[in-house]
Parts: sequence; structure tokens; C-alpha cells
Amino acid sequence: MATSAELSPEPAGSDEGPLLDVRDLHVEFRTREGTAKAVNGVNYSVDAGETLAVLGESGSGKSVTAQAIMGILDSPPGFVTAGQVLFQGQNLLTLGAEERRKVRGARMAMIFQDALSALNPVLSVGEQLGEMFTVHRGMSRKDARAKAIELMERVRIPAARERVRQYPHQFSGGMRQRVMIAMAMALEPELIIADEPTTALDVTVQAQVMDLLAELQREYNMGLILITHDLGVVADVADKIAVMYAGRIVETSPVHDIYAAPAHPYTRGLLESIPRVDQKGQELYAIKGLPPNLLHIPPGCAFNPRCPMAQPVCRTDVPPLYQVSSTRASACHFWKECLGESADNT
Amino acid sequence: MSQPTTREPAPAPTTAREPILEVRGLVKHFPLTQGILFKKQIGAVKAVDGVDFDLYPGETLGIVGESGCGKSTVAKLVMNLEQPTAGSIRYKGEDITRLKGRALKAVRRNIQMVFQDPYTSLNPRMTVGDIIGEPFEIHPEVAPKGDRRKRVQDLLDVVGLNPEYINRYPHQFSGGQRQRIGIARGLALRPEIIVADEPVSALDVSVQAQVVNLMEKLQDEFQLSYMFIAHDLSIVRHISDRVGVMYLGKIVEVGADAAIYEHPTHPYTQALLSAVPVPNPEAREERERIILAGDVPSPANPPSGCRFRTRCWKAQERCVVEEPLLAVPEVFRGTGGPAEHDSACHFAEEMEVVPEERPPGNDGRPPGDQGGPPSDPQGPPRGPEGPPGDQGGPPANPQGPPGGPGV
Repeated sequence: MATSAELSPEPAGSDEGPLLDVRDLHVEFRTREGTAKAVNGVNYSVDAGETLAVLGESGSGKSVTAQAIMGILDSPPGFVTAGQVLFQGQNLLTLGAEERRKVRGARMAMIFQDALSALNPVLSVGEQLGEMFTVHRGMSRKDARAKAIELMERVRIPAARERVRQYPHQFSGGMRQRVMIAMAMALEPELIIADEPTTALDVTVQAQVMDLLAELQREYNMGLILITHDLGVVADVADKIAVMYAGRIVETSPVHDIYAAPAHPYTRGLLESIPRVDQKGQELYAIKGLPPNLLHIPPGCAFNPRCPMAQPVCRTDVPPLYQVSSTRASACHFWKECLGESADNT
Repeated sequence: MSQPTTREPAPAPTTAREPILEVRGLVKHFPLTQGILFKKQIGAVKAVDGVDFDLYPGETLGIVGESGCGKSTVAKLVMNLEQPTAGSIRYKGEDITRLKGRALKAVRRNIQMVFQDPYTSLNPRMTVGDIIGEPFEIHPEVAPKGDRRKRVQDLLDVVGLNPEYINRYPHQFSGGQRQRIGIARGLALRPEIIVADEPVSALDVSVQAQVVNLMEKLQDEFQLSYMFIAHDLSIVRHISDRVGVMYLGKIVEVGADAAIYEHPTHPYTQALLSAVPVPNPEAREERERIILAGDVPSPANPPSGCRFRTRCWKAQERCVVEEPLLAVPEVFRGTGGPAEHDSACHFAEEMEVVPEERPPGNDGRPPGDQGGPPSDPQGPPRGPEGPPGDQGGPPANPQGPPGGPGV
């Protein structure tokens, strides 16, 4: 996959390689019905200060990849069967459970979609935030509480001093997501993985939360992996994009290029299915069919049954990730034609 | 790739046409009680607090708003699943909130619903044929018994499912297919009005477009009137002829889709539209986003006067004491422009919040533009930059909501 040092707002340190480098990751779920191949050779990398958006529909493997990186995959049934997760050059997959735990939370942290189920309902918000410091930093409970208040102010929760004693259910959705962000930020990690952080929120609250996340990212120069299905959010915040389909990356690109001219028919289909003003009264472009069942991924290109450009070769040969430019890649045998058609429509 | 076909634009509602549904002063308060044995009412959640709107035959009225604004309660009231605290819902002139028994049953046949979650709105123990055919059990006059199976198969075909699937169970279908089943059930009695509450929100992006297309096709085929409730503003714009924006139990602005999206005059509509992420990275810097401070106040204790004032950057003394009514604001009265539509704000003014959609000539290369008209013909011509009025960008309210922490 293309490294993209020139895309990173902070090129410093990029000579040591990316902050996180996922190489040829494979994850499968062994179920009674058979083996579901959730992730089939994913490569991506993130630099410090950079935002990578991982775009995909449900079942595309975007969240499973994140869980494998964080080391929180449910195992069994999930197993990482091949690949490397290099975090500052160190392969996390070979670490023992104890060492892995030290990385998690302290050096990389995760923000989940549903803050209400990710927070413990019977502990006050202050206790949960403070736990980060008592467990990882060995602080006293009193100091940890002070730190918790500081964090809550940091993520602009009003009246933090009073609210530190409250429980998650007493917070609104947006405020709860702020608590999640505070918890992820607590130990100033180098990498944050945000899995659909604003999907459950209303648009005006989503704007507040995304703003906060971007501000904190700038301030601490963190790498951010943003997992989402929202093409609007991606266009707003991402530096580069990895589009996933059926457990594989089908296209990677700097954000501006992919919106201007997608090089994979799936990406193009997603972009074209967004309602546009000048198409009012017309039928929306819809990708036909359904995402594949991971127990029975079609042979060849997994997208071929739904693809308007499919040729016989697509049903037999799995397309490799073709290099489109120094910063772009597409897993389509006909990426040139796709890129050409996309440009023609411009 | 199917070539998009042009759809007949729905005729604009004129005053000459009779609305099929007239909603006036609709109120729904849910009591808040204290005590276990002797329940004492200590207040009320004012979920819907004075809503007026009309629905015309063959049109789609979009209702947008954030969670808790009361849009789903309005849907339930229209469906007669809840009794309103006050107000009337007239279906062809008849107040359905007062109907009982046979008369109510007859009206219900004509107003059907499509639900948000296709996973919980279909009974897992019934076959698809039973689910879609169940309305015929309740209204046997629509289809005689021997005819039902054929009718169900026809309905499956209409919504794009294989009629042979009639004996399958819901779990054998994907989310998009289940939503089609829900739509087929809604269509079974040949209703005139379909209330769709977030019909595509639970679906994947690539499947959403399929379901929206299906709903538009069915509208043309059966001359349906839709009340389309959603929080996804771009989908609502695509499907709606008129749009109403709700905030905290009230409609704050309503008008033709282009009027609302391109000439919003209520600050909440402006903030809502500006917060929607635009799928165009080139617009990142140009966009003027209004970030609202704080959370929506509790509907059990809404602010006095204008309900939006606690988060509004324009709020003044007048907003605290005087509730703005939903009407054409004085400044726009008689102007004949697109800003002349109902907006419940004392200080209504136009502000362009959504950047001109991919203006031609801009260096931002538009993705896959098919050379359609560059902008809505109704909108006045504007420069490609489109600066937002003389506002200079509203300052985000630095303080939190004065009402203390949100609920």
C-alpha cells in the first residue's frame, strides 16, 4: 500500500515509518455454520497527526480489523490467522496478553459507537475516568478524581465538578460520547480508533463531537482511525480513505482524489447513491443486490455480482491492489476504465 | 447500471386543492407521575405541543428534526395509535381523533405505516405471506379469502421480491429486503396515505437508495401521499415536495423543499443544515458551520417564549417573553420570493448555509456529475462563492445552556 508521508500534516518522524502499519491482516470467525472470513488481507497505515477513514458497510470487516488492532477480538470465535500489526515498528500480535494490555488504553485507545453500552452503568463517570489513572499510572483515588474533573473540562462537559459524581444514564448522548472521548484521551495515546463515534448522535451534536475530536487530535498530534459509513463525515475530516468490501480493502486514496474520481466501481456506486439536488425527481443510483454472505464470498472479485463493469475475469481472478498513483490503489481489474468513466462524468 | 429515469414531478400543492389530511393544534402530553400505589401527576412531557400541517394528495411531506423533537409521536398520532391531548386530525374533513369502532376501522385502512426497524417490526414466527396477508384478516372486504395468496404474491412482486418467497420467514431476508416486506404490508390495503417513520435509517448506504427508489415508484403507481419522517436531511430533500422542521414539539419552519434547504429563515433550520456533513472534501474550508452550544432542553420543562432561544445566537429579551408563531415573517411578507414561507422566529432572516452544490467552474472537480442543471431553477442566481448574507458568520454561543446540564 502506498505510504503517504506528503499527506500527513506532520511529516516529522515519518522517516521512522508510520505510527501504525497493518500488514496483510486476516481474521476469521469459526462458527457452527462454517468459517466466516471477516478480514482477508487488509493493509493500511496511519501516521502521527493523520486521519485515516475506513469506509464500509456492515459486514465489510472494518470494525473487526479495529478490534484485531486493539486486541479486543472475541476469541473464540474470532481468530487472527495471518498478518502483522506494527505499532511504531513493534508487532503487537506477538506480544503476550499482559504487554498487550499495557499498550491498550495508554498508547492506543478506542471510542465506541454506543457510549451507553460502552460505559459501566453502576460506576459514576468520575470513577470510570479515574480508573484509567489508578490502574495505568498507579495514582491515588483522590488524584485520579482531580484528573477526571480536568479531563471532563478538557472535553467541555459543563459543570464538571458536579457531574463527576453522576452516572452514565444521567448524561445526554452527546455528553456521554464526550465522556468516551475523555476516557480515550486520558493517558494521551498516540493513536485513537473511533468506531462510528457519531452514528448514534443527531447532526448538530455530531458536529460538536467531531469538532472536539479534531481539535484534540491536532493538539496532541495523534493518529486517528475513523471507522464510518458516512461519506459526509469522511469528506469533512479525513486525510486519506480506505474503502472496505467483504473483508478487503478495495480502494485507498487521499480524500480529495477519491471524491473527484473514484477508481473502484464500489466506491463510485457509494458516491453516486448520495442524493443530490440536481437529481431531484430522478431515480437515485442504487448499487444492485446485497453485500455478500461472509460464509460464501463469491470467487474472484467479491463485488463482481453487483458490479456494472464485471467481466468474465472478475468471476475467476481475485484482483490485487493495483497501484493507481504513488498515493492511490484500487483492487479492480478495470480501475483504468473506472477512473476514466469517473473523470468523463466530471 | 440502470439509467436513471425522470420521474414526473409531483404537482405543487395549491390552495385550490383539498388537503387529504389537515392537522390543527395537535398536542400530546405524556404524564409524569410519582408514587407507586397512588400515582400523582407531577408534570408532563410535552412531546408534541401545538403542531399544524396539511398533507395534499400525491405529495410527500418530509418531517425532519433531532431525536426527542416529537416527530415520531406525530406519526403515532396520525396513525391513531395514540390519543392526542388536544387538537384535531382531519382526514378528508373528518376528525379521526374522535372516531370509534367501525368508522375508525374504515379510516385506518387508508392510513398505513412503514416502520424504522425492519428487524423488530416483522413477527419472526410468521411467514412473509402471513405478515403481508394479515391486513386482509382485519379488513376481509379488501380481498376475499381465496384471492389472498395471489394478492400477497402480487405485492411481493410490486416491491421487487420474488413471489416464491411467500413461505419464507423474516430471518431469511436481509435488512433491505425486510424493509420491502414492511412496505408490501403497508400497501396491502391500498391506502391513500403512508406514514414512514425513518424507513431507511437502519439500512446500509447502498441499500438505502434502493428503498427510496422503490418508495418513489410506488407513490407514482398508487398515487400515495407520504409523510416521510427522517433525520437524514439529504434523503428527505430528495423525496419531499415540502419539508417541515421540528424542534422540541413544534414545527419551527415549513415550506417547499427548495425554500427550506436554500432559503432557510429560522436559525434552528440554518444550524441543522449547516451541521450536515457535505460529501465533498473541496467544500471543507468554504463551509460556514454553526455549532450549537449545549443540548436540547427537556420537553418536560421547555423554555418560555421561543423554545430554541437557549441555544440561539440571536436570542433577545423578546424571545423569552413572546412565543413566535408559525407564519410568514413580516419582513418576507409579499416579497414573493422563496424566503416567503412559514417560519416561527421573531428575527427571521435569510442565510445561506449550504454551499452551492458543486458550482460549475469551481476548481473542485465534482464526482460523477451528469451535467444536470447546476442549481434549482427556483433559486435566484448567485455567485459561486455564495457568502452568507451580511451575517459574517454567527458566533457560537460560548456559554452552555442556561438551564443547567441537559437531561
